[in-house]
Amino acid sequence: MSTSITYQHPDSKGYYGLFGGAYIPEMLYSNVEELRTRYLDIISEPSFQQDFILLLKDYVGRPTPLFYAERLSELHNTNIYLKREDLCHTGAHKINNTIGQILLAQKLGKTRIIAETGAGQHGVATATVCALKGIECIVYMGEKDIERQAPNVARMKMLGAKVVAATSGSKTLKDATNEAIRDWINHPENTHYIIGSVVGPHPYPDMVARFQSVISEEIKKQLQEKTGSALPTHVVACVGGGSNAAGAFYHFLDELDVQLVAVEAAGKGVNSGFSAATTQLGTSGILHGSKSLLMQTADGQVVEPYSISAGLDYPGIGPLHANLFKSGRGIFLSATDEEALASALEVSRLEGIIPALETAHAFSALKQINFKPDDVLVVCLSGRGDKDLSTYIAHL
Amino acid sequence: MSRIKKTFEKKNNRILNVYFTAGYPHLESTTEIIRSLQENGADLIEIGMPYSDPLADGETIQQSGAVALSNGMTIKKLFEQLKGYREFFHLPIILMGYMNPVLQYGFEKFCADAASVGVSGLILPDLPPHEFREVYGDIIKKYGLDFIFLVTPETSEERIRMLDKLSSGFIYAVSSSSTTGGKTDIDNVAKYLQRLKSYHLTNPILVGFGIKDKASFDAVCNHADGGIIGSAYINALKNATDISATTKAFLNEILNDK
Repeated sequence: MSTSITYQHPDSKGYYGLFGGAYIPEMLYSNVEELRTRYLDIISEPSFQQDFILLLKDYVGRPTPLFYAERLSELHNTNIYLKREDLCHTGAHKINNTIGQILLAQKLGKTRIIAETGAGQHGVATATVCALKGIECIVYMGEKDIERQAPNVARMKMLGAKVVAATSGSKTLKDATNEAIRDWINHPENTHYIIGSVVGPHPYPDMVARFQSVISEEIKKQLQEKTGSALPTHVVACVGGGSNAAGAFYHFLDELDVQLVAVEAAGKGVNSGFSAATTQLGTSGILHGSKSLLMQTADGQVVEPYSISAGLDYPGIGPLHANLFKSGRGIFLSATDEEALASALEVSRLEGIIPALETAHAFSALKQINFKPDDVLVVCLSGRGDKDLSTYIAHL
Repeated sequence: MSRIKKTFEKKNNRILNVYFTAGYPHLESTTEIIRSLQENGADLIEIGMPYSDPLADGETIQQSGAVALSNGMTIKKLFEQLKGYREFFHLPIILMGYMNPVLQYGFEKFCADAASVGVSGLILPDLPPHEFREVYGDIIKKYGLDFIFLVTPETSEERIRMLDKLSSGFIYAVSSSSTTGGKTDIDNVAKYLQRLKSYHLTNPILVGFGIKDKASFDAVCNHADGGIIGSAYINALKNATDISATTKAFLNEILNDK
């Protein structure tokens, strides 16, 4: 690691610039401290690395392809590569992290797994690895999300997980996360909490980013083979909490020539009162154990976000991303529900790939930035759209 | 000497701290609740500042917070209600809440305004010791407020001693690993409290979480300086038509020898 400023790693207390830390009640201290003191050592153990790499290869199906999207490139008069995380087992990038965390949980001797989920992709990815390892799994999911992501609820149940409805607040991802944290407080000895995004108290943002960093590690290699250069001009990803973006950006964070483009969910419009565009609407605050940008009232009550996409329907953003935004290192855009739906249709028709609603937001960047003909873009195609078919059918 | 410390000097056992959520059951309940707690034998009063995402709280306190917020309770409103408090009441008041609303209010302004309306201490469960030492502790001390850290059955001796050094007023011993309002096994709690007692800490120890009636209050008072009751009182207030009468009956049941 260089001694100059890095965007990649937090400091020893978990801060990325002004954001991060571990603002947790004492009841969570022993668990979080155990993780903090052990995660780096465990991750770097050869036996861990061996298991992790093998499962990513033989179970998840990595490396995922880097696909040159010819017709999409032609339409936007630039060069667009798609990082096909939608082809991962279970249909999204989320499983990169759950494989890492289940192996870590086993090393820590934990026998019970809890998780939160929004769109259900992280819930499915967690239920999947728990089935694989024969470990009890409880997934907290907002009541509203249980309704709009029914196929993923069915998948989790079939995989043997118990799905518990979060009925407080906005009944979405934020509330599912609250319930998961409360469960962890109540079961400190045997339980590991698999957080699905680069949020939560230190060391979660760093740990999840490390597990997802395989995305950009592969992009570098694949792009080198295809273009003779490992560095694209732009990496584009959607951001809710920000795990696929963290993974896609990771090995480019300190390559300052690479533009990092993050697309948030504007919902019905950034200023409509129905939005989840955290960097546009948020101010510094503390949610789920870390300091970051947060959508909140002047009184510091967390605002209920809105997006057509359950996976982006979150009032915060990971501290790594908050630092990219504040420092100007990242370009932050937002896409409305309608723009995302239009992009989903465009990618489906031009490339034969139906993206997840979350991912569709990333593609809206193609219409918002005037890319040059010799630019080389990598768009992180974070998930597939099967789970969103009922929403697509209703709108198209 | 702080008002909380004086309380422990005057009475060295069976200290009863009662928690209620500001703005619950009604926006303007605050004064009546404080008055009836003081008249009926509480030693300390802990006022919860409602928050949209109270991680450490179980369902009862969560719901009381949600009602309080929809009633329009804010920190600013609470300070207005407490203004002039010292003319009528003498019990120490402790504010309990989460960091985010306090940060938005402005941390220093919060401490200044709290001190000026007569608040004696703060409990902010998601303010960790590192940030307390680096940033916030000096501000809290500048305004003469006590700050109370939590310890749990999982907290190591070394860490308990560190938290005792940082705390003033008392130490909040969480009875078992749970959110507020959970079930508590009193026998296990006894062992843990005896361990705490054996450390001879600087601060007195009050036990909270799962203390709900005379039996559980008496049980923790055998091993600690007193107890904190929250969810059980909120439940009593839930169906109260007369706050004073309800509070009187609630405290009588806990404190009176039969």
